[in-house]
This record gives sequence, structure tokens and C-alpha cells, in this order.
Amino acid sequence: MISSKLRQKWAVTLLAWSVALLLAFPVFWIVLTGFKTETEAISRVPHFFFHPTLENYQAVGERANYFHFAWNSIVVSLGSTFLALLLAIPCSYAMAFFPTKRTKDTLLWMLSTKMMPSVGVLVPIYLIFRDTGLLDTKTGLLAIDAMLNLPIIIWMLYTFFKEVPREVLEAARMDGAGPLRELYDLLLPLSMPGIASTSLLAIILAWNEAFWSLTLTAAKAAPLTAFIASFSSPEGLFYAKLSAASTMAIAPILLLGWASQKQLVRGLTFGAVK
Amino acid sequence: MRLILLWGVFFFTFTLVCAEPQPPITLTIATVNNGDMIQMQRLSKQFGQQHPDIHLDWVVLEENILRQKTTTDAATHGGQYDVVTIGPLEAPIWGRRGWLLPLGDKLSSSYELGDLLKPIRDGASYDKKLYALPFYGESSLTYYRKDLFRKAGLTMPAQPTYGDIERFAKALNDPAKDVYGVCLRGKPGWGENMAYVTTVANTFGGRWFDEAWKPQLNSPEWHNAIGYYVNLLQKYGPPASSSNGFNELLTLFENGRCGMWIDATVAAGALHNGKQSTVADRVGFAPAPVAITPRGAQWLWFWGFAVPLSSKHPAAALKFIEWATSKEYIQLVAKTSGWAAIPPGTRQSTYRQPEYVATAPFAQLTYKSIMAADPLHPTKQPVPYTGIQVVVIPAFPTIGNQVGQLIAAALVGDMSVDEALRKAQAAVERVEERTGIPQ
Repeated sequence: MISSKLRQKWAVTLLAWSVALLLAFPVFWIVLTGFKTETEAISRVPHFFFHPTLENYQAVGERANYFHFAWNSIVVSLGSTFLALLLAIPCSYAMAFFPTKRTKDTLLWMLSTKMMPSVGVLVPIYLIFRDTGLLDTKTGLLAIDAMLNLPIIIWMLYTFFKEVPREVLEAARMDGAGPLRELYDLLLPLSMPGIASTSLLAIILAWNEAFWSLTLTAAKAAPLTAFIASFSSPEGLFYAKLSAASTMAIAPILLLGWASQKQLVRGLTFGAVK
Repeated sequence: MRLILLWGVFFFTFTLVCAEPQPPITLTIATVNNGDMIQMQRLSKQFGQQHPDIHLDWVVLEENILRQKTTTDAATHGGQYDVVTIGPLEAPIWGRRGWLLPLGDKLSSSYELGDLLKPIRDGASYDKKLYALPFYGESSLTYYRKDLFRKAGLTMPAQPTYGDIERFAKALNDPAKDVYGVCLRGKPGWGENMAYVTTVANTFGGRWFDEAWKPQLNSPEWHNAIGYYVNLLQKYGPPASSSNGFNELLTLFENGRCGMWIDATVAAGALHNGKQSTVADRVGFAPAPVAITPRGAQWLWFWGFAVPLSSKHPAAALKFIEWATSKEYIQLVAKTSGWAAIPPGTRQSTYRQPEYVATAPFAQLTYKSIMAADPLHPTKQPVPYTGIQVVVIPAFPTIGNQVGQLIAAALVGDMSVDEALRKAQAAVERVEERTGIPQ
């Protein structure tokens, strides 16, 4: 007879698998569609078995320079993450270890900036970029991505830093360590799993950001989001080519996520269970 | 310390990466990703050989994203683009607002401006000033299955009426064999169902606004037109018509699922292409149907190139757009990809090419449809606006999308035609109050 504990375990496993499959299915379908012909891709009857073709990848390769877009995505996502960490680490350190009565409000205010629709500030930001010569530059795009992700990065780092015992830092201070030494020699090594997972999340968010990267770039700094956008069309058959382009665009970030899933999970659950 | 050093090296590398050397003149061209434009992007190497001092950077995007980007840039004089691809909805409005370089007097004498088709040229102008050079033009046609017509003992007249279409659709409709009498756009959107629906409303005598800019969607003419459209599609259309746009209908017709289809002339080439269409040898072409007036029964659209006033290299941009819309470019496409692949609908001379007329049996019909289209008089009654399937005002995408949703709701039976048009009238009045449509 199966015990209720075992039954519960089975049910949870089944639920976890169902959710995982549900989440993974669209990605699986995109990858599959990339190997179909356009007629099979648009067919009303879903095709699971078909003769795979590489013609879409060939067509995508002929039409656009994938590596140019991919390089821009890499530069922008890594650069924006680096810039955001540069600002967020001292900020979170100050908030976590030298809080004032307004710290919580400041944190909440920072997060509230994420609630504003991007299009609401489109014209002012566009004009600032125009006047500072940042339109269609990787520098401009990585700066805006850094600012977009800054609230989330600060919040995450603040949470991770709060987990570090104050006594450790106080002991270092007693031994004569200044704030910089405290930060770089103690706090950063101790919070490395948290910083790693925050960085990964920031890279993923910057990689997927579409609104600003489509608006503020043209030919030189356009990342992979612009690459994908060039393959959908209201006229003509495009689903298979769009799927191939999407697969090429998400492959690097999927591989990065897959390779670093241990760090990602460890970081995201850091301090979740006390 | 080591960390600071590492970060420093990292930042220095990024600065180097972000600084890219530029050739003397780099033109940034924003264009739409349809087949004709992609072909032009490929052939632009020839332009590069003729002008080695001009480097071309391409921004090829889906039309809605392109429209959003280029509008933002033109309105703020951002200067990101030297050449933009625009249609009849943008050219006159942007020209009037002073966002574009007037082109008429700046073109070289060899360009042959008089060779451009008049309705297309008019659509690209404002106040008699030309603001875009048309690259490709289209109207609408009726596509039908000659074999099914023969089997049913039907004959497509030289100029079908909507009465004929209903009669034919009834005779051809055979859902048991997965063949439907008529396929029409139903997917909501100003460039989707409303492009077609507005031509139906026009030919039934309807208009979007009267001379005093009062919305007319609740008029008897619109009731007749939308009542006819909804009834026709519900009775003789394919299932889930409200999700069918151009792409879906093209696939349906190519796979033999439609007895008739009324849509853009651009579909003719694909339907006639045996590699893509299973009915290539059985497809017939006829003009778009008419009801009480021929005015506005067939639409008019083009994609053209314009030079924003904020362009950093207007002289080089002019050279490029002249090349891309020239007779020589059409000859180049014919030479490299065949006459069937040329961008149609812009020049008189194209339709005098015997090779093109022989290759494309729909060519003369397309030409006649474009020439018959009159954006200044889109329906029987006078109107204060221009445009056939679009009303050339900035708010049209907003009102077109809202009305499109309501008509799609009537099509699926969520509301009656009366209710949909009453709500459509109220929606347009609301937008008009908020934005002041005529401006």
C-alpha cells in the first residue's frame, strides 16, 4: 500500500513536471518550427513529425549578419550588468549596513520606477539620446539597460548583503579595515553566490529587453531583439524563418542559463530558508 | 585592488569595442521586410559599385515596428535614418508637418518623374509637392478558382458586383470538402480587416466622415456594407474567419480551400507561382467587386522612400532613392531574378514591357486597378479626407483598430452589426473629441 507521504511526493513531482513542460513547450515548439517548411509551419494541423530542413537557417543567414547582432547583444548585456553592479554594490552596501529611517522608502521608490510604462518616457529619453549623440550606440543602450535593471539589482543585492552577519564586518572594522576594504575583501567574497545570480538575471533581462533596444538603435548597435523583429511580417510566409531566427537569438542565453543553473538556483534561494 | 584593476580592464575593453571607425558617407536605410525590399537590399551591391564612397547600413523591420521607430525619429528630428520607407498614410502627413525633404525639384532629369503612375504619385504628395519616391505599388483584385467555376457552371464577369460574389460564393461553398465559397480578411486591425472592409463600405456608398468631419459609421450605407460582409463570411467563409489576415488567406487559397478571395494584388505572383501554390494553373483574376459605386472599390497602397529633413547625408540619400526606384533598377531585377520578381505598380513603362506582360497574366489588371483608384474621391459622396482603404489622418491607426475590433466581434457573433456600428460611431466620436481628427 502506498503511503500518503509517497503519494504526496508523486503528486508534487507530477505537478513540477507539468509546470516545467508547460513552460518549456513554447521554446520547444519554436525550435521545432525552425526546421519545418513555411507551409508546414503555418498549417492548422500541428506537425510533430516531418522532414527537417535547414533552409530557414540558410535564409536567415543570407538576409542578416547574425554575428553583428549577437555581438551587440553580448556587449550590451555584459556591459549593462557591469555598469549596474558598479553602482548597485556600494548602494546596497550602504543601505544594508548603514540604514536610515528612509532606507525602506527609498528601496520601494526605486522599485516603483519599474512600474511606469516605458513608452511614457520615450520622447524625453529619445531627445536626451539625440542631444548627447547616444542614438544607435552600444554605450547608450548599455547605459539605459543598466538603469532599467538597477532597481532589481539593488533589491537583490540588498537582500543578499543583509544575510551577511554584521559582526564579521564589525570585527574587520575593529582591525582597522576601511569601507572599501570591508566591501571588497569581505562582503563581496561572502556574497559571491548572490552577486553571481544577480548578474545572471541582469544579463538575461538585458538580453531580452526589446522596447528600448528597438527604439534607440538603428543599424550599428541593434541587438538580437532587432534581428528577430526583422523576420516577422504581416505579408508573406515567415513563421519558420522567424522561429529559426528566434532559436538563434535565444540559444546563447539558454546555454548560459543551462550552464550556470546551479549558481542561479543557489543564488536565488540564498537566504530563502532560515 | 585586484578587482578594481580587473573592472578597469573590462571597462577599457568595452570603450574600445564601442568605438567603431566609420566610412566617409554611411547611409542608414530603414525599410520594411517584404520580399521586394529584401531583394533590393541584396541588389544594392550594384549601387555600392557605382558609388564606392557611399556605404549602406540597413535596418530591416516588420512594418509596425518600423513605423513606430521612424515616426519617433522623424518627429523628434533624431537623425538616425537617412532614408525611410513610408506608405500613403505617412507621406502626406509627414510632408505637411515638414519632416521630409520635398523631392520634385531635386531629382535628376534622367529619373523620368512623368513615368510614375499618377494615383501613386498623388498618394506620395502633399500640396503638389512630392515627398516619397514609390518603390512598389498595389491595389486589390478578385482571385477565383477557374476549375470550380467551370464545374459549377459559373462565369466570372469582366467586372463582378458584390451581388455576383454572393451568388458565386453560395454555389461554390462546400464545407464537406473543406472548400469555402469566399475567403476575406477578418483579423482585426487598421491594416488587416479594415483595409478590405473600408473598400466594401466605399463601394456601398459609405464614408468615414462627412464634409464637417462628423463620423458616419452608423449610416445606412455602412449598415448595408457590414451587414453584407458579416453575412457573406458567416455563411460562405472558412471557419475562424476573424483570425484570418493576408498570410492565413494566402495559405488557404494556395491550398485549394477558397473558391474566391478578394485581396491585395501582391498575392497574384504567389498564387501564380507553381512552386508555392497548389492551384497555380487554376487561378483566375478579376477586378475587385463593386456595389452601388465603383469609387473606392479597390484599394491603393505603396511603399516608397523618403528622406527625412534630419538626414545627415541628404544628397547621398537622394542618389540612393533615385537608383532604387528607377527604371534601371526594375531592369536589373528582371535580369537577375526574372520579370515576375520585379517590384510592380509604380511606372507606366513597366506595363509596356512585353516580357513582363507575358510573364504576369495579372499585370494589366493590376495596372487598371491602380489607375482606377482615386484617393481624392474614395466614395460616392464628397469627403473631407484623402485615402481609399485608409483615411489619411494621424489618428487613423487608432480609430481603424478600434472599429476593426468591433467588426470582428460582429463577425464572430459576439454582437449584432447594429451594435458594432453604434459602438464604432461612439468610439470614433470619442477619439475625435480627444484628438481633434482633422488636425
